[in-house]
Amino acid sequence: MNKNRGLFIIFMFTAVCSLVYSCQSERELNYARYYTNGKKLYDISCQNCHGKNGEGLGQLIPPLTDTLYIQKNINSIACTIKFGINDIIKVHGVTYAEQMPPNSQLADIDIAALVTYISNSFGNQQGLYEVNQASVDLKKCEEVYK
Amino acid sequence: MNNRTSIAFTFLCFIFFSFFTSCNSDSTRLPILGNREAVTKIVDGKSYTDTVYQTIPSFRFINQDGKVVTGKDFKGKIYVADFFFTSCPSICPVMHRNMLKLYDKYKGNDQVKIASHTIDYKTDTPEKLKAYATKLGVEGTQWEFLRGSRDSVYTLAEKSYLVAVNEDKNAPGGFVHQGWFILVDGKGRLRGAYDGTQEDQVSTLMDDMDILLKEKDE
Repeated sequence: MNKNRGLFIIFMFTAVCSLVYSCQSERELNYARYYTNGKKLYDISCQNCHGKNGEGLGQLIPPLTDTLYIQKNINSIACTIKFGINDIIKVHGVTYAEQMPPNSQLADIDIAALVTYISNSFGNQQGLYEVNQASVDLKKCEEVYK
Repeated sequence: MNNRTSIAFTFLCFIFFSFFTSCNSDSTRLPILGNREAVTKIVDGKSYTDTVYQTIPSFRFINQDGKVVTGKDFKGKIYVADFFFTSCPSICPVMHRNMLKLYDKYKGNDQVKIASHTIDYKTDTPEKLKAYATKLGVEGTQWEFLRGSRDSVYTLAEKSYLVAVNEDKNAPGGFVHQGWFILVDGKGRLRGAYDGTQEDQVSTLMDDMDILLKEKDE
């Protein structure tokens, strides 16, 4: 009898654990998918300038390691990637005044993947940035860039 | 019998040793690249045939300080040459990120220079080049950023450094060019070509520069 109860407790524990774990892994799976695709796209579209480790280049190209900047601008990074920069920005206290070329060929899902990768690499930890969010953020700045 | 074996053993050791040392001395000498021709000269009534290697012809450019730079400024030094333009969105940033490592390694060494030629002679004025150099973190003129007329730079690139460069409206930034880093010795001869966009090739280049720096004048 006692033995049965023990088995039952173990069974329930495993069931609860797997339930929690599978819920978590759904989001984790999405994150992993975005992150992996983001890395691929980063290597093609961003790495030449921003570097393998997001280190940038002198005072010509800003690094992506300013975690505060990334956190503060998490909702405008999508626009920066798609439309480029033609303005002066400050990263790590250093002024950058060069142009960043636009990447208008990228779809919303690609940009979401890139933002997820960048904002969770090089010391950043902003979590998953989903495509719905990217579309909302991009719509807002499309008005400005028109 | 025992004596014989030891003699044979010593002999074998000697052969192996000389074999290895000969291999070593071969591999520590960099090849001379480019076109070459045999020229026969007559010295003291005897004729000698000598190989004449391709060298970088004389040039005259303006650097980031607005000063005239010619081949004389590079004579007797080893240098690395490449082609870029300051507004280049494609391979230049990665090339110059790698070149910066090389610059940091040989900073202050008066036997080593770097020559980056702009292929965008219209936009890249000395002021633009100076701003680019400063923002890159380059001081002084050990690393020269050189501007010349379109024809002089393009001809030098293709005929002398064997690097393809061209204007192309469809390419990002308006120009196409190869990312080679060309190693040139004190006599203006080509001694190596390395893909400046690849980190491992640039570290090979630095190893080769160390070899070339030790090379004695023949």
